[in-house]
Amino acid sequence: MTNDLLQPAIAPQAKPFRLNTSQKALILFFVILAVFLALWELGAALKIFLPIMPSASQTLKDFWFWISDPFFDYGPNDKGIGLLLLTSLRRVMIGFLIGSAIAVPLGILIGLSPVVSQAVDPFIQILRPVSPLAWLPLGLALMRDSEKTALFVIAITSTWPTLMNTKFGVSNVDSSYLNVAKTLGASRWRTIRKVILPAAAPSIVAGLRISMGIAWLVIVAAEILLSGGIGYFIWNEWNNLKITSIITAILIVGLVGVLLDRLFALLQSWVSFGQRS
Amino acid sequence: MRSSYINPVSAPMETAAHLSIQNVSKIYPGRRSLLDKTLRRTSPDFTAIADIDLEIEPNTFVSIIGPSGCGKSTLLNIIAGLSYPTTGAIVLNGKPITGPGPDRGVVFQNYALMPWMTVAENIRFAVETVYPAMPLAQQKNIVHEYINLVGLRRAERKHPHELSGGMKQRVGIARALAINPQMLLMDEPFGALDALTRGFLQDEIERIWEQERKTVILITHSIEEALLLSDKIVMMTRGPAARIAQVLDVPFPRPRKREQLDQYPEYHELKAAMEHHLSFETRVVEESRIKATA
Repeated sequence: MTNDLLQPAIAPQAKPFRLNTSQKALILFFVILAVFLALWELGAALKIFLPIMPSASQTLKDFWFWISDPFFDYGPNDKGIGLLLLTSLRRVMIGFLIGSAIAVPLGILIGLSPVVSQAVDPFIQILRPVSPLAWLPLGLALMRDSEKTALFVIAITSTWPTLMNTKFGVSNVDSSYLNVAKTLGASRWRTIRKVILPAAAPSIVAGLRISMGIAWLVIVAAEILLSGGIGYFIWNEWNNLKITSIITAILIVGLVGVLLDRLFALLQSWVSFGQRS
Repeated sequence: MRSSYINPVSAPMETAAHLSIQNVSKIYPGRRSLLDKTLRRTSPDFTAIADIDLEIEPNTFVSIIGPSGCGKSTLLNIIAGLSYPTTGAIVLNGKPITGPGPDRGVVFQNYALMPWMTVAENIRFAVETVYPAMPLAQQKNIVHEYINLVGLRRAERKHPHELSGGMKQRVGIARALAINPQMLLMDEPFGALDALTRGFLQDEIERIWEQERKTVILITHSIEEALLLSDKIVMMTRGPAARIAQVLDVPFPRPRKREQLDQYPEYHELKAAMEHHLSFETRVVEESRIKATA
């Protein structure tokens, strides 16, 4: 590459104009988007849809209204979408932290001890497939407070994937790493701290990533049933028959979900060190 | 065990181990419980190695060679303390081995480097584990010393996935030596490397061994490797119930050079004897495997 003498042999051939895969995909993405918006606009103009369905241009206009001034506050039922998002994000973060603070240590414990693992397994197996929303009435009964109930539901939601992944990661550490620790005469505690936990870190973070994804799914449903946040906003705007606001909220919830997922993907690659690509 | 650390590079031959393998057998029990009997899936016991007796003198380099599946690695794992003999005992400097310990440095075939640690951190982990009371500066000195010994100074901050197989195994060797063990156990350390890299690392081992004459046990498949490096070559019979067939003395003077070895008349005799033994054992093993699949 740095050798200039080698360059002329290749350079003079004019390269034909070609798009690579991601450039092609980007173009196709915009084509699909344009076709979709055009059909939507056309359908609304020709009154093919139900009257309640807004046009694409009206939706875009309202979308812009919501994101151009996200932090206004005119009372409990009239807040900017940024404030609503912050409420939901705060609940997800606190609930997720509580859930992870339970799931990671417990996962390590059951991953290290086959006895504890087998003893606790029936509880986990029965509780894990339960929809998080089934916990909501129980939360209300126990906490008598919608805010705490939201945290309770999110905490339980974000426990299971982290718990299972942590257990898997801790109990499946490559035996050659453990043999190294053994031949060096490392203590159990040192082996856990310096070998088992770093080796399990990619699995643990993968679990946290799934947990965060599910917590973000569940917060919208929980807030529809409780109050405040982006979920309640969606339900409120349905009661106001403002479909454009609902579509706006759906898009924004999706965008924030992607953002959270990317964040954990970064963390995942940071702890992986080439073990997994 | 955690006595004061004597720097082995500046003070070679300070520690050396006499290893005595006494009547060691390893039998893996078959399935014979009541449940297995009712399910008709009982299997007989499997004897991996039987009645191994071997004395390894201090500062000798011993290779163990034998057909595949003859229990070489089983024997090495027992010496390392990662596995236990069914009968017999292994005695290191008068004390029976009861488990793994830092008096034996192990080089693994698959390198077994921690992927989240750099080259230097992998070696530091070993030094810190074995000598927790050692001052940090001294630990770092030792790490650097061994990184230099295996010629990896420019790669010390790299992670294992950035290294070639040969470089990884050099880290493995440095890690095993840095804890100043009394003996070094190597389980086919170059088995996963290409032929050229393997040859190069064999030369490196010969060079390093001239500096640090530890007691070494090397498991290998390669006749040339054994002849280049060893003082003694232990040839094993085929498994199951593998035994020691013969122990050969390798009298070539040191330091040895690969390209000069075939000047010695004994070289050809030893090589012929080993090839004869190994090809015979391997043929029988392969034939019995073909019979088993037919």
